[in-house]
Amino acid sequence: MAASIFHRITGGALSVVGLAVLTWWLAALSGGSETYASFTKVATSIPGKIVLIGLTWAFLQHLFSGIRHLVLDTGQGFELGVNKTFAVLTFVASVLLTAALWWYLLGVAK
Amino acid sequence: MSVGESSTPLGRVRGLGSAHHGGEHWLTERVTSIALLLLGVWLIASLLILPTLDFRTILEWLHAPSAAIPMALLIIVGFKHALDGMKVVVDDYVHDAGNNFALNTFLLFLAVGGAATALFALGRIAFMGAA
Repeated sequence: MAASIFHRITGGALSVVGLAVLTWWLAALSGGSETYASFTKVATSIPGKIVLIGLTWAFLQHLFSGIRHLVLDTGQGFELGVNKTFAVLTFVASVLLTAALWWYLLGVAK
Repeated sequence: MSVGESSTPLGRVRGLGSAHHGGEHWLTERVTSIALLLLGVWLIASLLILPTLDFRTILEWLHAPSAAIPMALLIIVGFKHALDGMKVVVDDYVHDAGNNFALNTFLLFLAVGGAATALFALGRIAFMGAA
């Protein structure tokens, strides 16, 4: 149940915030180095990083619970134990991968 | 003839249901999700592989068709999938026909406008004079 509602929440966040950041990033790039600098200034600030880390997690959570939904669509994985394990695994995988990605990104960047 | 007056079972249910094109919409949402799985992983992997994320490096990367084409697909499929997903949420929670139409139309305009903006920006980057 939690996996299902989080699928909607992360989907909504990716649709609004995720696509807005992607569009802003591309628009800033196309505007030249100065416009891009104004983007990176915001993106690398503490609130900017929190949003980007949140978006990374939202993408991965949506991806894994999306895979779960594709499996459920085939009529498999509805047994209580299997279903619960799969739902919990989507959270474990998304949190671990987000942590690994940002540990790498922040470690290399500075 | 209004809904209740029909005498045959098929006539009574025809035209009912929330989206009227549910099957096609359902399938499109899933097909685009598989495309986005590939494109999303491509974007994250590409950004990780790039030596730095400064202006020159990213511009050079997006200048090449090998990155510009998947990025164009990510924009188109991403906005389409977002629109399909938001429509499901709107149809689930907004039942008043007028509000439902208004909100779905607003989201359609927002998605098409957003996709056009992102594609234009990408085009400008990809077709910029030699960097």
